[in-house]
Amino acid sequence: MDKYIKVPLSDEDARSLKAGDYVYLTGTIYTARDAAHKRMQEALEQGEALPMEMKNNVIYYMGPSPARDGRPIGSAGPTTASRMDKYAPNLLDLGLKGMIGKGKRSQAVIDAVVRNGAVYFAAVGGAGALLSRAITSSEVIAYEDLGTEAIRKLTVKDFPAIVVIDAEGNNLYETAVKEYNEE
Amino acid sequence: MRTVDVNVLTQNIREMCIEANHFLSPDMKKAFTMAKQQEKAPLGRQILLQLQQNMEIAAQDMIPICQDTGMAVVFLEVGQDVHLVGGNVEDAVNEGVRQGYVDGYLRKSVVKDPIYRENTKDNTPAIIHYSIVPGDRVKITVAPKGFGSENMSRVFMLKPADGIEGVKNAILTAVKDAGPNACPPMVVGVGIGGTFEKCALMAKKALTRSVDEHSEIPYVRELEEELLQKINKSGIGPGGLGGSTTALAVNINTYPTHIAGLPVAVNICCHVNRHAVREI
Repeated sequence: MDKYIKVPLSDEDARSLKAGDYVYLTGTIYTARDAAHKRMQEALEQGEALPMEMKNNVIYYMGPSPARDGRPIGSAGPTTASRMDKYAPNLLDLGLKGMIGKGKRSQAVIDAVVRNGAVYFAAVGGAGALLSRAITSSEVIAYEDLGTEAIRKLTVKDFPAIVVIDAEGNNLYETAVKEYNEE
Repeated sequence: MRTVDVNVLTQNIREMCIEANHFLSPDMKKAFTMAKQQEKAPLGRQILLQLQQNMEIAAQDMIPICQDTGMAVVFLEVGQDVHLVGGNVEDAVNEGVRQGYVDGYLRKSVVKDPIYRENTKDNTPAIIHYSIVPGDRVKITVAPKGFGSENMSRVFMLKPADGIEGVKNAILTAVKDAGPNACPPMVVGVGIGGTFEKCALMAKKALTRSVDEHSEIPYVRELEEELLQKINKSGIGPGGLGGSTTALAVNINTYPTHIAGLPVAVNICCHVNRHAVREI
């Protein structure tokens, strides 16, 4: 089912999404990948504030290629989410409502998604040029020295994604693959 | 003896890094069209269509096909009658990569040390594989390799008794474990035989072969066809979201090996299977 959803993601919208829904996200999201997650974890351990609020926000696991002049961003597709599994449950418990990436998640992440009524979305891996068209602005807000791995605040308009793990713990990667398995 | 200035290598590699990251080779485009016609899942067809649109946008707007513009893998096949002059070959290759990635708006994805992880900011160094071949030409293959799929690649040191069934199981295991992480539909490069490092290198080289070409060895060709069919029955599908297109090709290379061993390497590549080839 196609759904048009505003981000940050409200508790109600998050709970209304079901694994398999095709969604178009509009609003503000943040990027963070490996190195930024490591720094956020270290900040939390030191008792410091994070660069952005977690509550109801959505993190996109993405490190873009450089923008050409006059464009907001370069190629901007998802990276493999499982590398952030070590950090994600903690951020979900702090209120993070959505994650956009690609690939499988650990049971600990799935449990944290269910516990917090959150959502894991997949964007199409390797479609970075296409996805960049749904990003209308990009601003580095933290960890600029990390280059492509810095935290960016993105404005997105009708960013296409698919609900893979919903707040009830349904997992499209498992159900869809079973449906088409012919072995 | 033919003399080639290493600056020619630099200039070509610079252009090839940019070319490979924006334009997929014609064999890959053909494979996408075929896959879209055969895909059984509606969502799978939609994803394949998006991937085709993505390639068109990349070429028109000069935006890299994928934001992971890879670590630059460079194969240099140097004719034994070539005399390379004008500087150090390794520096010349790295300079080409540096210029290509900086001037071409490609992502810098290389860290200087695997533990301390400071970005080198110009995507160097490249991974360079040299070979000396007959003739007076230099063949350059630039294959930028993304790590979503590289991370799902495997080496299996099988026993001779495992035989061809063991090889099939190893390949299927690697592909199924990779699943959605490797951005399917994948291209599967396989090396069978040799030593630990030889089979890995054969698997990497296999990814640079056209996806519409098969091995010249009859049993290897059959193995490529059989495994592609089996992989596409796994249900993983485009994006790992279910369907009948999990791989576009299985390319296998073989080499003699030791009486005690049966090494198998599976180098998985996503659908952005990039390679540019030039002969100078």
